[in-house]
Parts: sequence; structure tokens; C-alpha cells
Amino acid sequence: MSTVTADPAPSSTRPGRSARPPRLRRSWDKHWYAWAMVLPVVIVLAVLIFYPLFRGIWLSFTNLTEANQVAEICTRSITGGEVCADNPNKWEFIGLDNYVRVLTGQVGEFWQWTGVTLIWTFVCVACHFGLGLGLASMLNRPMRARGLYRVLLVLPWAVPAFVSAFAWKFIFNERFGLANALLTAVGIDPVSWFADRWTALFTAIVTNVWLGVPFMMVALLGGMQTIPSELYEAAEIDGASAWQRFRNITLPGLRPVSMTVVLLGTIWTFNMFPIIFLVTEGQPAGQSEILVTGAYRAAFEGIRNYSLASTYGVLILSILLVFSLFYRRVLRKQGEVW
Amino acid sequence: MRRTARGIAVLASAALALSVAACGGEDKAPEGQPAVDPASLTAELTWWDTSDPQNEGPAFKELIAKFNQTYPNVKINYQSVPFGEAQNKFKTAAQAKTGAPDILRAEVAWVPEFASLGYLYALDGSELLADAADFLETPLASNTYDGKTYGVPQVTDSLALMYNKELLSKAGIGEAPKTWAELKTAAQTVKEKTDAEGVYLNPAGYFLLPFMYGEGGDLVDTGSQKIVVNSEQNAAGLKIAKDLIDSGAAAKPSANDSYGTMMTLFKEQKVAMIINGPWEVNNVSSAPDFGGLENLGIAPVPAGSARAGGPVGGHNYVIWSGMPQEKVDAAVAFVKFMSSAESQAFLSDKLGLLPTRTSAYQVDSVKNNAVVAAFQAVNEAAVGRPWIPEAGQFFGPLDQMATEVMVQNRDPKASLDAVAKKYKAEVVPGYGL
Repeated sequence: MSTVTADPAPSSTRPGRSARPPRLRRSWDKHWYAWAMVLPVVIVLAVLIFYPLFRGIWLSFTNLTEANQVAEICTRSITGGEVCADNPNKWEFIGLDNYVRVLTGQVGEFWQWTGVTLIWTFVCVACHFGLGLGLASMLNRPMRARGLYRVLLVLPWAVPAFVSAFAWKFIFNERFGLANALLTAVGIDPVSWFADRWTALFTAIVTNVWLGVPFMMVALLGGMQTIPSELYEAAEIDGASAWQRFRNITLPGLRPVSMTVVLLGTIWTFNMFPIIFLVTEGQPAGQSEILVTGAYRAAFEGIRNYSLASTYGVLILSILLVFSLFYRRVLRKQGEVW
Repeated sequence: MRRTARGIAVLASAALALSVAACGGEDKAPEGQPAVDPASLTAELTWWDTSDPQNEGPAFKELIAKFNQTYPNVKINYQSVPFGEAQNKFKTAAQAKTGAPDILRAEVAWVPEFASLGYLYALDGSELLADAADFLETPLASNTYDGKTYGVPQVTDSLALMYNKELLSKAGIGEAPKTWAELKTAAQTVKEKTDAEGVYLNPAGYFLLPFMYGEGGDLVDTGSQKIVVNSEQNAAGLKIAKDLIDSGAAAKPSANDSYGTMMTLFKEQKVAMIINGPWEVNNVSSAPDFGGLENLGIAPVPAGSARAGGPVGGHNYVIWSGMPQEKVDAAVAFVKFMSSAESQAFLSDKLGLLPTRTSAYQVDSVKNNAVVAAFQAVNEAAVGRPWIPEAGQFFGPLDQMATEVMVQNRDPKASLDAVAKKYKAEVVPGYGL
């Protein structure tokens, strides 16, 4: 590259392009096609991701709502004509006010929702992974009608989430539901599932586990099949027990897959809107609300509060960002290149 | 079938056009008939109906067919939109300035909100309000915002005590309870003497309003701009409701799906009394196990220590301000037809819905309608709600309070204080506590 800096003559002879540093120009001349190839992706990302993201962040510093978004409100008369009046309280920049109001609990129940979200995410992902791993190891060996089992186990995944949500909600119906009918049949008092925050959360977790296990199972099964069978054969010759083989071959062999699916599962479950929204409806009295459903209710019921919605969005994004960074660092420490 | 029907419609409209043309020269068009030739109006209008598609929808479709007999060239694009979704859907579309319906059946609390956002045509000076005095005062009041009128009342309603006559007489109760105390005794008697439960109270804000109104309470005072939801009266009213559950007179409500549970139990004769509105009359009386309309008793909600009253509800016709001006005539004609005394009488005949016009109550079929007669007493006692744009947001916190008090056994006053704080922080920051 030193040749470029040692040869300033060409740039002075072509004044039109002298503004650009020669190195960049060289790079452009040589690699323009690469830039051209990347350009569509950059444009799509800019339009679909960066613009909404930065606009959302900007909105969270304002007090924009549905009612104050326009500078003037016009009223059309049915007899013709239109009267426009200045909006008396037009939206404005308010700095960190939204964050202060949300984080101090003046608006909504941020900390309660965060707590419920963490419990919900942890329990769901743990059950997803545990059950998924168990089912995957059971299916990862020769048995009769294995294809049929696989299809049956993937079925919950194929059902639209809202359909299963309604089905489970009805199962847990306090008067007419199957769950209480079964309890009564074995002589246990029926449970008022939605009268207590923990039992309400339990119904949602059961639904989500039912929905989420197939994905984990399929992903882990795929991961298991990439583990070379020679390893198992060698271990067997060395006299390793089934449990030892599982611990020392299957689990390490699965790590690249499991780390990714756990991260994905965490983010998905954290933001899993329909299950809580449809199954518990936040009952009792908003105590089973998670961050995304709480934010939705706070911001989109009645006159919509776009700035508040953005504030919640930024907060949720930050939590997930911190989690991902932390998770990556842990992985890197364990020598995982990811 | 369809073809012949259309042929008759065309014939009828042609005849009507002729007769209008014939007498057009001498005097003005008779009242109720448009001044212009109906057949000359050509437009396509979209109407979002938020009524129940199974119980109520067919009757509205019949009305549209009747409308087309007079206005053959105004095509009404009927779309049934679930009530729970319509408000947000309309706002999204209206704000995007595309995809909103020309005409919407809006719940009474939505109108001031939509109007404040500039989404509706102001109807002042149009034919629709020419006979505004004929409309009942309270339903019409829900359409005004900032001195202008933005809608025309379609139906009005209020909560009433609906009871199963057979179960009550089995328990030896001659007439419907008139106070909450009487309700409690009646419910307990039913529970003892029959295998049904006494009363089911839906733990939702709207359905607890009769208890609060009964003691003289309210949510906010729009006159003095004050939040009064945590008043002693309201707390006293809620204590009565809570006592009904604690004493076993009322069934233990569930926090989730309680409305559906209430209706299922009532329709299957497993609970003797509920508090609900006229929109469920058709649903209940057509339920296979209920025993028809003869078995359904309707009475005003029981009184508290101050008064007896339910909240005024209902629906209005509104016209979206994004509708092009050239469609205005057709839209006005449609809304005028739908809200006319004859159409209202037709609806109350078919569905037991309550007319919003004084003149509709003079129509014989309405006069002799037992359901309407029963609800008329209910409506006279109904309490108007605060018609402000934020009114729709009052019910989120109130529903939460209802679950806390009715299901989770929380102290009413403490729960109401939390509601008041939320109103101040999130709903009406300009109001005093």
C-alpha cells in the first residue's frame, strides 16, 4: 500500500477526484462490484431494520401519542367544508421522561412484568431443552415406527399458536375445563387456575412447553445425527456405560447446536406474545403479564401511546442485548467460536 | 330466487321513482322520503357492523336488503367485524387514511375518541340531525364532542337484572328483587331450594358499575374535572358485591372467561340471575335448554342505598371523514334509513334491541314488545357515562380492580385508590384527585 502514498501525482492531475483518498479510490476501483453486490442488502436492512430502529429510539424521547401526532386536527363537515384547528398539545421532545416514568413505576408495572418474564423465560426454556433432549435421544436410535413418532411429536409445532392457545385455555377453564374435570374425577378439589398468579402462569407455561418442545427436539435430533458413530463404537469397546456415553459424547457433540437453540429459544420465549395474551389474558388482575404483553396493553389500549410503546421496545431490546452479549462472552470463554 | 327478488326491487324502486317524480312538482317530498330520486344515487359504501354475526347480523342484512329496495344503486358492502377488534382496526385504517369503512357501528364511548382525532364527519346541518329532538337525550349526548355531533344513535342499552322465571318461582320468589339485599336473600333461597346457583356476577368493571351507581358513586366528575372513582360510595358499592360472593349468594366467579361462563351457566339454567344487557336477549331466548323468551325475566338492576341504575351503553352510526365527498349523499341516505323509526322498530321486533327514537316507541310492534317494555324501565333509570375521548381507557384499570376485589379478595377501597392513581397517571392527567 505504500506505493499509493508515494505516488501523489495522479491525484493532482485529475482534480475532479482528488477529494477522495487514493487508498479508498483504489479499493473502490478494484472492489466496486463487491459494493454493488452488497448494496441491495444494505438498502433492505436500512429500510426494514435501521430506520424503524432509530425512529423507535427517537420516539421514546418524545411524548408522541395518537392524539398529539398531528400539528392540526381537521374536522370535516358533512355539509362540506373543513375546519382545522391547531393541536393545543402537540407532541414534543421530553428527554428521558418516559424512561423515568416507566422505571419508577409511575406508568405500568415494569419491574413486576420483568420478574414474571424472567421466570417465564427460564422455566419455559429449561423445560423445552430438557424435554426436547429427552425425546431426541429416545428417537435417535433404531426402533419400530420411528417416522410415525417423529411426525406425531412435531405436530404441536404445525398447529397455529393461537389455536393451541385457545385449546389450552379451554382445558384450564375453571368450570367446564378438562383439567378440573380430571382433578374432580380423582377426588381433588377443582383449582381456580386464573385466580392466583402462579397457577395462571403455570397454565401458560404448560401451553408454551407443549408448543416449543418439537422445535428443540428436531434441532437436537439433527445435532445428534452429526455426531460420528465411531465415537460411540470406540466408547462401547472401552466399556463406557450408556450414561457415560451420553455425558461425554452426546452432550459435548451437541454443544454447537444446543448453544444456538437455547439462545434462540430464550429470545423467542422472552418475546412470546400470543400465549400469555390469549391463555391467561394477564389474569388475575395483570399479575401474569410479561413485558411484551404488558407493554402492548399499556400502549395500545384506548388512545395509542407510540412513545410509551417505543420506550418499552427499547427497554426490552436492551435487556435482550445485554443477555446476548453476556451469553456470547460465556461461550467464548468455553472456547466456542460463534 | 335471488333474481326474482332483484326484479321486484327494481320494479318497486321504479314505481317509487315515478310516484316521487309525479308529485315532485307541487309540494316538497314527503317526510322520510329523500328529495332526490333514490335510484339516481349511485355509490358503493362499506359498512363495518360490530354486532354479533350469528344473533344480530342477519337482521341487519335484512335491513340492507330493504334499503336497496329504495336505493337500488347504492351497494352496501356489509362487513362483520368483531366488536373487540373494531376500535383498533378502525383507528389504524383511519390514521393510514386508507382501508377504513365509510360507515361504522361505533360503541358509544368510541365516538368522542374518534371525533377528537378528526376521524369522523361532523353531521351538524345534515338531514341526519334534522329531527334530532326525536332521539332520546342520553344516547344522542354520546355523539357530541366539542359542541358538534358526530354520530346518530343506533341502539341504546343498559344493564338489567335478567332472571330465570322458572327457577325463581321454584324457590317461591314472586317478583324480581328490587334491592341488593333482596337479591342476596333471593339468591340464597334459590341455592337452597333448587340445584341451581343464585346469581353470577361478572368480575369486570362495566358490570360492577350498577353497584357503584347504586350508592351514588361515579368514575370521574367531568364538570369539576375530578377523579372520584375512589369515593366512599364506590367502595361501599363494591363491598355489597363482594359480600354477595363471600356469603355464597353469588357463584364464585373466575378471573378468565367469566363473561362466557356467566352466559353458559345462565343458558343451561345452572344459575338463576345475571346482570346483563338487551344484546343477549336473543342469545338466551334461543338457547335450546333455556325455555324461550317466556322463561326470561327482565327487571331494572337492584337499587343500592341511593338509587338503582346501570350504565348507558349502545351503539352509534358514524361516517369516516376519509370518505370522499361525492359519497356523502349515499352515506347520509343509508344512515338515515338505518336509524329511522321503522328500521329501529324492525330491529327491536327481531332482536329485542332498544330504539333510540321517541317515535319508534310509538310503533305498535314496539309498544307491545315485552322485552322492550321491560328494558324501557331499565333505560329510564340508566346513568350517563362521561363522554370524553379518554372514556374508553377507564375500563382497563377498572377491570383489574374488579378481579382483585371479586376474585382475589382484596379490600375495595385500597383497590379503588390504585385505580384513581392510574387514572391520574395514564388516563386523565389533567384531572384532580
